[in-house]
Amino acid sequence: MAEGIKDKVAIIGMGCTRFGERFDASPQDLMVEAFVECLQDSGLEKKDIQAAWWGVHMPDVSVGRGATTLGVTLKLPFIPITRVENFCATGSEALRGAVYGVASGAYDVCLALGMEKLKDTGYGGLPLAGGLGYKAPLHMFNLTAPGGFAMMATKYFSKYNLNPQDGKMMLAKVSAKSHKNGALNPKAHLRKEVTVEQVMNAPVIAWPLGLFDCCGVSDGAAAAIVCRADMAKKFRPDPVFVKSIQISVSSGEEMLYTKWDGAHVEPGYRAGVAAYKEAGIKNPREEVSMAEVHDCFSITEAVAMEDLQFSARGKVKEDIDAGRFNSDGAQPIQIDGGLKCFGHPIGASGLRMMYEMYKQLQGKADKRQLKDPKVGLTHNMGGFPSMCVVSVCIVGK
Amino acid sequence: MVGIKSYGAHIPRFRLDRNIMQMALLFLGFAPLRGEKAVANWDEDSITMAVAAAQDCLKGEDLGKVDGLYFATTSQTYALRQNAGIIAAALDLKTDSRTADFTDSTKSGTAALLAAADAIAAGSLNSCLVCAADLRVSKVASNGDYTYGDGAASFLLGKDDVIATIEGTFSTTHDFVDRRRLEGERLEHMWEERFIRDAGYMKFIPEAAAGLVKKYNLNVKDFSKVIYACAFTGAHAALGRTLGLAPEQVQDPMLATVGDTGSAQTLMMLVAALEDAKAGDKIMVISFGQGCDAFYLTVTDKIAKIKNKKAVKRNMANKVALGSYEKYLAFRKLMPCEIGIRGEETVFTSFSVISRENRELYCMVGSKCKKCGTPSWPVQRICPNPDCGAVDQMEPYRFAEKLGNIFTYTSDFLAPCIDPPGSYGFVDFEGGGRAGLDFTDCDANTLSIGMPVELSFRIKFADEKRAAVNYGWKAMPIVA
Repeated sequence: MAEGIKDKVAIIGMGCTRFGERFDASPQDLMVEAFVECLQDSGLEKKDIQAAWWGVHMPDVSVGRGATTLGVTLKLPFIPITRVENFCATGSEALRGAVYGVASGAYDVCLALGMEKLKDTGYGGLPLAGGLGYKAPLHMFNLTAPGGFAMMATKYFSKYNLNPQDGKMMLAKVSAKSHKNGALNPKAHLRKEVTVEQVMNAPVIAWPLGLFDCCGVSDGAAAAIVCRADMAKKFRPDPVFVKSIQISVSSGEEMLYTKWDGAHVEPGYRAGVAAYKEAGIKNPREEVSMAEVHDCFSITEAVAMEDLQFSARGKVKEDIDAGRFNSDGAQPIQIDGGLKCFGHPIGASGLRMMYEMYKQLQGKADKRQLKDPKVGLTHNMGGFPSMCVVSVCIVGK
Repeated sequence: MVGIKSYGAHIPRFRLDRNIMQMALLFLGFAPLRGEKAVANWDEDSITMAVAAAQDCLKGEDLGKVDGLYFATTSQTYALRQNAGIIAAALDLKTDSRTADFTDSTKSGTAALLAAADAIAAGSLNSCLVCAADLRVSKVASNGDYTYGDGAASFLLGKDDVIATIEGTFSTTHDFVDRRRLEGERLEHMWEERFIRDAGYMKFIPEAAAGLVKKYNLNVKDFSKVIYACAFTGAHAALGRTLGLAPEQVQDPMLATVGDTGSAQTLMMLVAALEDAKAGDKIMVISFGQGCDAFYLTVTDKIAKIKNKKAVKRNMANKVALGSYEKYLAFRKLMPCEIGIRGEETVFTSFSVISRENRELYCMVGSKCKKCGTPSWPVQRICPNPDCGAVDQMEPYRFAEKLGNIFTYTSDFLAPCIDPPGSYGFVDFEGGGRAGLDFTDCDANTLSIGMPVELSFRIKFADEKRAAVNYGWKAMPIVA
């Protein structure tokens, strides 16, 4: 009988680069930057790492495929390394691999490292790079990431009778909140506060989403070292324990069948339910102290609040208006600035989110430090609302 | 007797006012041309326009009885790879059909129609679809630039239940060089307009009319409409007088409203004539290319059964001003445009994928679960209905003629597109099924959830490195 991974694995070291348009840094520079911080933070030596999981989503525009880039760049001594890729949940998938490696009893200490170099393509937005296969351009619409999520905003507005102005206002508050948080974070890409009016009046990228509804496009890397929970206190007094890691993947039902309402992310709900069960959380709205959710676009965050049961269906606007998710609210979201301010180097994002939860739980989040958080949650969503991968990780003291 | 069973047409939605052209091009000289011309959207070509006309023509007809498809154009997309074959695939014509392209002369439209009629008369074919479409490009500020319009016509020919019988034909051939284009060239060349008018139209059209009338012992006064090709407004009027026609006998050449549509011109005029025809009417048609094809038809009482066609009238009414000559140049790739470095990334066209999955991609055939009735596109092996999940219980199900409603949509300025924003979304189909599709022929500002849409066969993207123009079905708002 499967018993899950709750409290079997601890995070004992983490590193995260400054995110941004790192025209100064090669992919390898970013990987080393994250790894060095991570290793130092853990107090371990490189030889203690027994296996590694390496996440990069678009290796074809940066380092190429396979696991060798990690081994060669970090000079890891012939250990098992697996490259993982699962859309925007790639970073969380790398962490899941490392955590499962330890939880299975196969290893004592594992490394997860995620990196993405997006800014060598010469254009904004995510690289195309043939990521959906030869056939996709022939049968899919001329899709971009903002367009894919804009369709959910269109549908959300329609389902809950929000006129475009009110809908855009709701989303603008999501982005303004994250910019306020990100302004305090030296590792964030975008560090400027913006007003709700600025967000509302920004040029449209994909209707109804404007420029500030979209996260940045950045380079970055982040890493974690995990070990057996029973060993963790040997290495540091304040390890962070993994309560659950769950992933849910679309079944095709949303895209092909006509029951999906287009205003929520079904795998987001399902991954949340599974993660809460594994972690033993009964009331997510009350028990989850803080979360880093996948805010590639403002609508993604708004809907995630409902998918994760922080807000009731159709009611997120009330919570946003009430400031529930602000840094001084009842349930702070994107306390580090989120994808909104960090941008979304895909392979790194899930680990970057965890980096903030880890620092917050250790009380080391500097100006952003929340008062005594107990439970942190990260949420990654990859693909499009109609066809996606969602990961939910829950950590605590 | 062999004749026309049904007709259809397509006129692209955009119109370009020749005054706007004149304003942009005045520095190159004054061109005394008025009216407007129909301009194909950036995602149309002769193939897609032919498909649109053919869909209009086939509405209410039994495609299973059609065993031939002839396509006429002077602006063929593929020089090697049968264009008619792509049209046949898009229409879901049965594979044991005869297909052929008729090209390189503006009389190719009538050549295709007469060849189809002969094949039916000879008993080789039961029923043959004829499509003519042209989207011609010539040098900026040339006569062709001003006069050419884009459009398509389609006829279904057969022996039974015809709305007009083809009674007689008379053809001429002259190696007369009005326009020319060598293999590998994109833009046409034209000889002097006065020469084409006086030594061409004014000579060969009357010759063909006289030949037909004499051969069948007819009188031009017997015809309710006479259709004859001509690229020039003044010459067209003069020809009417030369032929001895009363004004009401002269079929409008649509030069001021659509433009000269080349291979399709006389056939589009024939569609327009049939829209207004009544049983017993006689119609004469004379095309013009390197010589002429003349033929005449007698309208039968079956004409009354034709309804709900877009034909010429409804297509004419559905128009939107293109607004700028520069946009026309961009659509026709006559002016290199920056659409972002993102747009420079070409995707790999795999022709084994296109061949293997042709019915899904070109024919818009998905699958329908025999167990629960759920239709899907693209094709599924396993039913997406979570309460069913049947494996390999699918039958082919064509979506191309199904109507739908917009489930959700966006208009995307990041997506590389020559006419941004690119609009797309999900469509829920009447009869079931949901598909994500690009939208075309729509105004981003007017899209809404629930809006009724129909499907249109269009260019998805061109992959010039691999000599590929890739097609697929897009959704477009239904115009009343």
